[in-house]
Amino acid sequence: MSFSIYDFTAFNQAIDKALFDNCSPFWATVWELTIIGLVFLIAYALMGLFLVYAERKVCAFIQNRVGPNRVGPYGFFQTIADFIKLMLKELITIKNADKVLFNIAPFIVIIVNFMAIAAIPFAKGLHAIDFDIGILYVVAVSSLSVVGVLLAGWSSNSKFSLIGAMRSGAQIVSYELSVSLSLITMIILAGTMQFSAIVEGQADGWFIFKGHIPAIIAFVVYLIASTAEINRGPFDLAEAESELTAGFHTEYSGIKFAFFYLSEFMNMFIVASIAATLFLGGWMPFHIGGWTGFNNVMDFIPPIVWYIGKTFFLIWVIMLFKWTFPRLRIDQLLTLEWKYLLPINLVNILIMAFIVLMGWHF
Amino acid sequence: MKEVINPPAVNIEEGEYHINMGPQHPSTHGVLRLVLSLQGETVKSLQPHCGYIHRGIEKMCEKDTYPQIIHLTDRMDYLSAHINNHAVCLLVENALEVDVPERVKYIRTILDELTRIASHQLWWCSFGMDMGGQTCYFYGLRDREKILDIFEESFGSRLLHSYYTPGGLMMDIHPNFQKRTKDFIKYFRKKIKDYDYILTGNIIMQERTKGIGYISKEDVISYGVTGPTGRGSGFSCDVRKHHPYAAYDKVDFREALETAGDTFARYMVRMHEMRESLKIIEQLIDNIPAGDFSAKMKAVIKLPAGEYYQRVEAARGEYGVYVVSDGNKSPYRMKFRSPNFSNLSALDHMSRGYKIADLIAIGGSLDYVIPDIDR
Amino acid sequence: MDKAALKERILGLVPEAEFQENKQFPMFVIPPDKMHALAVRLKEDTDLSFDYLFCLSGVDMLKYFEVVYHMESTTLQHQLVLKVRTADRENAAVDTVCDIWRTAELHEREVYDLLGVKFNSHPDLRRFFLEENWKGHPLRKDYVDEVNIVEL
Repeated sequence: MSFSIYDFTAFNQAIDKALFDNCSPFWATVWELTIIGLVFLIAYALMGLFLVYAERKVCAFIQNRVGPNRVGPYGFFQTIADFIKLMLKELITIKNADKVLFNIAPFIVIIVNFMAIAAIPFAKGLHAIDFDIGILYVVAVSSLSVVGVLLAGWSSNSKFSLIGAMRSGAQIVSYELSVSLSLITMIILAGTMQFSAIVEGQADGWFIFKGHIPAIIAFVVYLIASTAEINRGPFDLAEAESELTAGFHTEYSGIKFAFFYLSEFMNMFIVASIAATLFLGGWMPFHIGGWTGFNNVMDFIPPIVWYIGKTFFLIWVIMLFKWTFPRLRIDQLLTLEWKYLLPINLVNILIMAFIVLMGWHF
Repeated sequence: MKEVINPPAVNIEEGEYHINMGPQHPSTHGVLRLVLSLQGETVKSLQPHCGYIHRGIEKMCEKDTYPQIIHLTDRMDYLSAHINNHAVCLLVENALEVDVPERVKYIRTILDELTRIASHQLWWCSFGMDMGGQTCYFYGLRDREKILDIFEESFGSRLLHSYYTPGGLMMDIHPNFQKRTKDFIKYFRKKIKDYDYILTGNIIMQERTKGIGYISKEDVISYGVTGPTGRGSGFSCDVRKHHPYAAYDKVDFREALETAGDTFARYMVRMHEMRESLKIIEQLIDNIPAGDFSAKMKAVIKLPAGEYYQRVEAARGEYGVYVVSDGNKSPYRMKFRSPNFSNLSALDHMSRGYKIADLIAIGGSLDYVIPDIDR
Repeated sequence: MDKAALKERILGLVPEAEFQENKQFPMFVIPPDKMHALAVRLKEDTDLSFDYLFCLSGVDMLKYFEVVYHMESTTLQHQLVLKVRTADRENAAVDTVCDIWRTAELHEREVYDLLGVKFNSHPDLRRFFLEENWKGHPLRKDYVDEVNIVEL
């Protein structure tokens, strides 16, 4: 079996061939799906645990303290300890809550996360689903998370939760526009919606450099809008601890609360991945068109390391937002979107279209 | 304990509902229950329900002697503990016409101002945290720890020392006190610029506080709102300027006044006050006169029959002590005019028509301490 | 206005007022029925303009209750203390001044809660610290409570 860290295509095809040679097509497909599902499940859990730990360390660094440092070396196993605690907690059933919806809501947010992650390329060949409308699929699927939030707030039978869910619903739906429009700007530059083609197209330079001005504007707008989309940072009034205790997930306890918490971090991961793929090249190393020697040196670092590095850099930036700024009020948030980000986006699309037509990109 | 939730005379219009910011809530710092009447996100009216920490201090004072009462006053507005003690000590000293030594006056003034700075630091950090900038909490507490370290070395405890007694102080200050205080002044002058970078200049914070929670000067006087809250609307009420006590007539400082009357004005008043307090301490710390740390007082303190009132400027407003004495060693009636009580009465007026998120900012700018309201 | 001029003015407005000696502030005992009208004049008259009521307390004087008003003028910088005595302990009622000074709303609720003095025409006279169904008024001198008060 040929395993190359630079190109997983051969490895995947070898496994595929082995399965289809030994079982009937139906069972081979089932096995394949199971393997992919398990891999994603484990990667999701590990990534979630690591991100929670990273958040606490970044937060401590900004606040002039140390962060978790007792459980394991440098506090590395803190999240595992927290997770065990959450699993052992009592699942409190709320009187007069809509039991079916109350129990479904956390699962909806997790399922939506999985659906979105499935379409993102992690390295060359490490790509679960490669639609030719990849970006459209990811944007469509991630807007389903608002259903989970609204269900959670409504079925909790508590005024605080309802207020939190309403605020969050309004916020997510508004900011989706800005997210989609800034992604469209990059689609115009790339000329395709397929993720793998977008990454391949950045082989001679990342889009943020190729597209210069409109790409940078789109990047900034995307960062702001996606932070608002995932209820993080200065836009986290849906779960503002100091106002509504915990917003739409106040009434959840134990493992169900863990799902909401985990999905918030995985949303951050997804959003950072999409940004890394569309603006910073995904798994493509940093190439400058024409400098072959330099490009060969850059190629020495495996693509998966490039991908993880870029995503984590963007995650770090998003974490910095949260711990530096105070919170925006709901009407200020919506004003920001409808009166500022949306017009900027529309003008930016025109500029980018013009630049692509005239060939003024790199 | 069955409680009757009874907001009076409220018309339930279309879409109006009641929410309980109950006694346990992260941003009503302390046990205060606010019954909000909301329409959508807008606050229509507000009913405070207090008494969760009512300890009957005024009743206890009728059985305690005056030095014992000092310990009770610590525990009302515990963030201005020294200043509360100062009020009772001044009342007894003025009633008995005792001359306290100059040294005592200087030390009391310096400690009062340190307490004021510590109280405002805690206000700043919880104000930032309530608005979502949680980093502010740690920066403010880190600097407040320096003051508490000075207190711990000099007096043995960090917060409630009951260091003043009628006639003077319980003991002399520690030899390191002056040097450490001077180091702190240098340190904090730099840090307060950081506070401005982080919060004051932040556009999000300014959008959330400018124009929010407006109260006019006439209303502020009518509601009896004093302290930085009142000075934010232009009400010049600083007791240190109008009825000077201790060493305040010997120092040169400005009364921080703003006229805008909104949350941002109240914020700026407290930031100015921190700087003015640093100035006051600087003028006094090197010139503490030598002498006794206490005047000679009788073993048992009995106030002559009559009525007395003493006012001081606590960190949150005008703190007053009213004593009706019948000649015994305990007062016949002791009433504490608490600044937070009057400030809270204006919260309803200030928050009508604003949103829930604004209510948090307004409450933060009022900076109430519930044990002072409930006594 | 200095103390002597203030004394003349108040006695001019309410001849039945009783002046009491005090080192700090001029103190007057006002009959309950004259209090509200006097309070209005104290706030409105330009040479008095007592706009800042800084303390409202109740005192249990065994045979009657006393409600004490400490007020100050922010413009003219003079202070005044007024006292109103209730008729007796059973019918302890005084007129409210919360329509003149808004701060009196909560202060009068506190006096009602802890001493049992009723205030006529108060918009919302209920207990403030204690629960609605609490029996008795704790600050009264004859209040006995074996459960909550420990006598040493």
